[in-house]
Amino acid sequence: MTPHGEVLASLHGVHKRYGALLALDGIDLQLHAGQVLALLGPNGAGKTTTIALLLGLLRADGGQVRLLGQDPQQLASRRGIGVMLQASALPETLGVAELIRLVSSYYPTPRSLAETAALAGIEPLLKRRYGKLSGGQQRRVQFALAICGRPRLLFLDEPTVGLDLPARQQVWAAVRTLVTEGAAVVLTTHYLEEAERLADRVCVLLRGRIVSDGSVHALRTRVVNRSIRCITTLQADAVANWPGVLQVARDGAWLQLSSDQVESVVRQLLAADPQLQGLEVQPAGLGEAFNDLTNDDAADHQREAA
Amino acid sequence: MNTPANRIETLQPLSSGMSWQRVLAAYLQEIRAECLRYLRSPSFMVPTLLFPATFYLLFAVVLGRSQPADAARFLLGSYATFGVMAPGMFGFGIALAQERENGLLTLKRALPMPPLAYLLGKMVMAMMSALAIVCLLQLLGSLVAGVQLSALQVTRLTLTATLGSLPFCALGLLLGTVVKGSGAPAVVNLVYLPMAVLSGLWFPLKVLPPLLRDLAGIWPSHHLNMLAQGAVGFDTGAAWPHVLWLAVFTVVTTALAAWRLRGHG
Repeated sequence: MTPHGEVLASLHGVHKRYGALLALDGIDLQLHAGQVLALLGPNGAGKTTTIALLLGLLRADGGQVRLLGQDPQQLASRRGIGVMLQASALPETLGVAELIRLVSSYYPTPRSLAETAALAGIEPLLKRRYGKLSGGQQRRVQFALAICGRPRLLFLDEPTVGLDLPARQQVWAAVRTLVTEGAAVVLTTHYLEEAERLADRVCVLLRGRIVSDGSVHALRTRVVNRSIRCITTLQADAVANWPGVLQVARDGAWLQLSSDQVESVVRQLLAADPQLQGLEVQPAGLGEAFNDLTNDDAADHQREAA
Repeated sequence: MNTPANRIETLQPLSSGMSWQRVLAAYLQEIRAECLRYLRSPSFMVPTLLFPATFYLLFAVVLGRSQPADAARFLLGSYATFGVMAPGMFGFGIALAQERENGLLTLKRALPMPPLAYLLGKMVMAMMSALAIVCLLQLLGSLVAGVQLSALQVTRLTLTATLGSLPFCALGLLLGTVVKGSGAPAVVNLVYLPMAVLSGLWFPLKVLPPLLRDLAGIWPSHHLNMLAQGAVGFDTGAAWPHVLWLAVFTVVTTALAAWRLRGHG
């Protein structure tokens, strides 16, 4: 991991409860300059609550929340942040340039209109009315509003939902630009590919707790299983009994294996079938790592409940 | 993480860094955006301007032939009151109800918008609409209904109607904190129309049952109507009790709304 930049925001031992529901159960988190943090977790895990606390929309029941060295409910601290929320219906009768000028006026040193538009890739939309844009175009305008104030800390809640691939890549490139300028980015997403492409650090929330916090690589290596594919005449049932083989499936000429001791299984495969072809070994994806984490936790939870 | 936890306390607080000129610019931008937004919304502007004008033409001109000579002048006062109630109640009430539901208010609270800009933007929009309504009605009054007002009366009515939209902004604000989304137009109309009738804006108070007539004093629209009638030359007694009543109503209603907004977001 790259050396940490200064801490721009933090949560220390934060609890938040909605009636009987404990939404956050002791969260410690620090956001560093120059780092993209992806906040992952199933629905209801506490991602939205975490972000709402950092934005000053909610108050913590316990613990401390700091944003740029201050209480997030202070206006001055929010002058250093940019925000793109999941659902926000902007006034439809205003033009795109008018919206950008309006939001820019809230900040001490905003970007110029041209710079914001270029960075978000929305120059052709500037003169259009917001209500006349497609869903994807509206999303990109919302992204432009998030970056127009030259934020030191950028919050993006599901930023690329509804965007096609070129638009998504434009957003990713803009986020990268902001990070090289030294901004910190907090990203929540359902697209693990997006987290994999963009994030330096992945934090997995589950039932109001952080269950994993580290680099994408570190999260992936938590999962020791890798998959093997090859063309072979070996019988699936026979291979299934080898040590280190967890799952076997036949797919036409292909045999598909999952293993936690890939090297020894590959050696055994090559020895058992000299004709073997098309050997592929693949690491676990972030998706598998994520599933693995959430399944482990579900199992623990059931044991606790039993 | 190898960063000491106490590092955060040593981080320089972001200098608030906004010159007063930029804060002022933020307020002006918010007001401008709010006005433009409604000017371009026919579903808001058309009924707001057209309803009082149509009713005035209907009752003061078409049906007014057989009425006493003063009727058109009296109706100018009451339809001005009726007209300027709407922008505040609908502009604040419905917009706030919708913006609480569709996420715009949440986004604005997260953004570093100056705290009063949201309210001020809507207030100025309501006052500009009220100004347009009272000017339109006076134009119809003098050109079509033959009402003659002195320059002083015109100034007084215009000022009364424009500033008189503020108590209804406060009422709209409170309604907007109580209802949500699509139910808002119905609720606001349910308050707006009966209140107009019970304050004697549509029919003279003397045709109402005695109980309702005695209750007229509790409606802010009754007090604004008294001020408007005073402005166009009817003797409605001293102005200050009505002004005081409206001022107290505005402050109390705004405080209630602020308390609800803080508690429920």
